[in-house]
Amino acid sequence: MNYTILIYEGAGDFAARTDPQKQQAYWASWPPYLKALRDAGVFVSGAGLQPPESATTVKLRDGQRLVQDGPYADTKEQLGGLVVIDVPDLDTALDWAARCPRSPERVVEVRPNMLPVT
Amino acid sequence: MDAHRTIERAARDSYGRLLAFLAARSRDVAAAEDALADAFRAALETWPRTGVPEKPEAWLLTAARRRAIDAGRHARVHAEAVPTLLAVADEAQDLASADMMFPDERLKLMFVCAHPAIDAAARTPLMLQTVLGLDAARIASAFLVQPAAMGQRLTRAKAKIRDAGMAFELPQPKDLPPRLHAVLEAIYAAYGSGWDDVAGADPRRKGLALEAIDLGRLLLQLMPGEPEVQGLLALMLHCEARRDGRRTPAGDYVPLSEQDAARWSRAMIVEAEQLLMAAEKGGRIGRFQLEAAIQSAHAQRAVTGHTDWEAIALLYEGLVRLAPTIGALVGRAAAVAEARGAATGWELLNAIPADATRSYQPYWALAAHLLKRMQRLPEAEEAYNRAIGLCEDPGMREFLMRRAGQVP
Repeated sequence: MNYTILIYEGAGDFAARTDPQKQQAYWASWPPYLKALRDAGVFVSGAGLQPPESATTVKLRDGQRLVQDGPYADTKEQLGGLVVIDVPDLDTALDWAARCPRSPERVVEVRPNMLPVT
Repeated sequence: MDAHRTIERAARDSYGRLLAFLAARSRDVAAAEDALADAFRAALETWPRTGVPEKPEAWLLTAARRRAIDAGRHARVHAEAVPTLLAVADEAQDLASADMMFPDERLKLMFVCAHPAIDAAARTPLMLQTVLGLDAARIASAFLVQPAAMGQRLTRAKAKIRDAGMAFELPQPKDLPPRLHAVLEAIYAAYGSGWDDVAGADPRRKGLALEAIDLGRLLLQLMPGEPEVQGLLALMLHCEARRDGRRTPAGDYVPLSEQDAARWSRAMIVEAEQLLMAAEKGGRIGRFQLEAAIQSAHAQRAVTGHTDWEAIALLYEGLVRLAPTIGALVGRAAAVAEARGAATGWELLNAIPADATRSYQPYWALAAHLLKRMQRLPEAEEAYNRAIGLCEDPGMREFLMRRAGQVP
């Protein structure tokens, strides 16, 4: 069963990606996690996302395309990346979510994927 | 016992085990419930004519299988669930028709219901519905919420179990303690639901009390050294020991303090005391151990001939600190009234917020009793009326009416 691990990051996490003091630690934390996912044979796909400032929101209203600068939801934590894994059940998915590199602001959400639409 | 009761009993004995078995394999609680519901209906129609079959589980599963096929045809359950349910029913039928012990997956189902991914408010009700077969309306009344709201909560929780792909496995030992609380709560609520039936008029409810004890024993096998599990089992056994003492031979309700201790079950009391002693060695006090200790103090009357109300009041003091439920608050007031006088007890009772007591029958029964003892008769009469009005049990109602002087 496929699950998506949605990784939400805070402003501090996004800042750490480019902060000369912190970026080395930030970027060093991810490869071991991804390697572990691959070694276990559960990794399906994934992506790291550029920070929310880079986001553009598109809405369709009355057939009109409404384009706005910025992310859709104005929340403290923003989606920073996602990983799709294939595991037998929720508990195993939660175990993998719990292994995601930690930071004080990071929150991880797990959702079961829908079956592929045929 | 007439045929109808025998059948209900046989059905009730298998319900939780069959549902747990089907759900553990299909991971779809709602679909398993649907499949079983028709099977039980068919059993209640057929068994009075044919008698209870030798292997009721096999019979019920065959009927459930038929239902799963129908449901698949009418797309009433998720299409993916049907093949699984069919495969499961086949496996179960083989098991049930062979001379094998039918696997007991009830604890797995309970721990799934207690999973932290399930809405906390739904965990205990979900167990009561799935494992113990209580209906949503009855659960709603026990949890003081609207039946419709409870129904929705339960439906959402079952959808989550199915859609999130939750595994029906016993948790790792490290994950057991955080989930234990909801499991203990459900078993105790089931026991309480069976216990409330003072008149013993409803065999399904007595069955429920015994099933709760049975689940307590299963849980103790899984967690042998856990003091709260020992405490809960001790508590239920102490209460169960008094079942016969709660009524006169003529069937009238007898309050605990007036029960004939000779009618209590000595064997159950002994077992309860052993469990409680073992729990104390664990060195971790908890709500259920305290509740059991209170019942143990009551049971001492069988030996000493009197009740140590001061000791009971102190135990309630501890209980109120750990778990200030409405039941504990009223129990403390009752014990304090016996130990230190009606007025002192009344002060404690009176301090409980009115919101919590408005429709809580034991509160009004105690209020009436204490007001009468304090010679505040008009207030006592009003409290008796409220207590009588809130009674579900005819025996208890009769008892209160006698106390109130409304009947001789």
